[in-house]
Amino acid sequence: MNAISGDAFLVASSIKVLVIFTMLMVLIALWTLVERRVCGFIQNRLGPNRVGPLGLLQPAADGLKNFFKEETLPPFADRGLFMLAPMMAFVPALLTFAIIPMAAPVPTPWGLVGTEIADLPVGFLFILAVSSLGVYGIALAGWSSNNKYALLGGLRAAAQMISYEIAMGLSLVALLVLSGNITLNAIVAQQQASHTWYIVPLFVAFFLFLVSAFAETNRLPFDLPEAEAELVAGYHTEYSAMKFSMFYIAEYSNMVTASALITTLFLGGWDIPFTQWDNAAPWTLGKTFATFAAFWSKTLFFMFLYVWVRWTLPRFRFDQLMDLGWKVMLPVALVYVMVIATVVAVLEVAAVRIGPLYMWILGAVNLVIAVLFFWVFDRRRLIGGAGGSRARRVWRAEAERTIAAEHDAALERAAQGD
Amino acid sequence: MAITVKTVRRPVDDTSYVRATLKGLSLTFKHLFQKKWTMQYPEEKDAHQGWQISPRWRGTHRMAVDENGKAKCVACGLCPQVCPSNCIKLIPGEDEQGNRYPLVFEIDEFRCIFCGYCQEVCPEEAIHVGVHYENSEYSRSGFVYDLERLMKQSHPVSTLWDPADPKGQ
Repeated sequence: MNAISGDAFLVASSIKVLVIFTMLMVLIALWTLVERRVCGFIQNRLGPNRVGPLGLLQPAADGLKNFFKEETLPPFADRGLFMLAPMMAFVPALLTFAIIPMAAPVPTPWGLVGTEIADLPVGFLFILAVSSLGVYGIALAGWSSNNKYALLGGLRAAAQMISYEIAMGLSLVALLVLSGNITLNAIVAQQQASHTWYIVPLFVAFFLFLVSAFAETNRLPFDLPEAEAELVAGYHTEYSAMKFSMFYIAEYSNMVTASALITTLFLGGWDIPFTQWDNAAPWTLGKTFATFAAFWSKTLFFMFLYVWVRWTLPRFRFDQLMDLGWKVMLPVALVYVMVIATVVAVLEVAAVRIGPLYMWILGAVNLVIAVLFFWVFDRRRLIGGAGGSRARRVWRAEAERTIAAEHDAALERAAQGD
Repeated sequence: MAITVKTVRRPVDDTSYVRATLKGLSLTFKHLFQKKWTMQYPEEKDAHQGWQISPRWRGTHRMAVDENGKAKCVACGLCPQVCPSNCIKLIPGEDEQGNRYPLVFEIDEFRCIFCGYCQEVCPEEAIHVGVHYENSEYSRSGFVYDLERLMKQSHPVSTLWDPADPKGQ
């Protein structure tokens, strides 16, 4: 079946925009609830469970409340930018989701319809470009509020997002070297064809991307822009009602996009593991639904990871954040790109075809890098630990003293012998 | 002046961020499935996990009733006398046999500070503070309890603190 074209394409695209936008908004709304409930569970509480069954109507209640709240506009704020900032955060956050393929193509009487809104040839470059526009919204929100806490939040957001964008981009260079393509559909297809998800041959890139995705979305442990304990509420201190809500939606939408992107780039997108029937034509609705479920189960796992990590790790200090970004992530990503490029070149010379073997060779290289990385990163102790090593150090010091004493005694004996 | 950050010299060998992170994650994950301590208030109330309120709790008042269904109060006037917040209004009356009884007995629960002196001072053990905490009303006037209302209350009464038995055994 051919891809859809002409007027039908226009209609199909409009429908997709509506469906995906609605889906995204509902997911974001529900995820605010999931966040609060998981938080409750982790703290041995129940979380909000009163509005509707399991508290499912809580997001609706929150949304309604925010619509009816007063829109505050501080007299000292820069009026125009103050109004503009939430939109500038909101729009790019939603825009990035447009190119992520969520399932196998849908067969219709008019032709094959892709499950992404737009299959852009620039692929993930579009996501990197648009998601970095989001920082304008946050920085301008901080600036236009004319409030020192908001300004500090905005400054931090700008510094943090620019720093981690580099590590994020560089980790994707490795992926680009391997896949030779940047459209997300092609990347998914390659992962399916080689029977290996890119998390295996590019584990370090995956890890770097994951960490910078946390930083890019301003989630804990990198939520310095809104650091409640230090900056009141950071860049959205002066905002209320729906303008505040828009920042919130933008944050969660970024989270969804980041999770979906990690899934697509490193976990095979909508690929169902260990089977091949879902990867090839003829496309059926059944395949679409199955792959849709596969995609969302992976994505929801990462979204859960966001929440899980949030309620586990404390916030970084700003200098630690910058250290991690510039002194650890950036050099590691740079070296990693070189290593992967070399290995790919060598494999090409050795005429190893892209397939499981190729991937597992790269996987082994990654394992070595990962071990080295964690060794240095973790102060020369991989999964060693806080507990046992002190005793070991005491024991080693004692052993060294004994050896030194014996050495001295031997020297003395030698001197007397002479 | 440059801002300097105080760095703590930690024993490098004893520091492991990877391990600490993994440990933290597994700990929080375990907590997901642990027993929840939330008391779902209106449904569960104080029967939940032994969260009963203390028998010494001093809540809104209750007037004890004798076997004829009349208030035990003899309108001696001790409780309005001892009340530090002056919230008890008592107008005594006397019947044909010369027995005193309260014509009017009102307690303004908004003025009351729930010290329990009225219960302590009462020679007839008539007025009590109660082990009770759900007192909402739609109007402020609803908080002036008259004699009839005080007699109708059925919640347990406070056992107050006894200096001879400070731990309540």
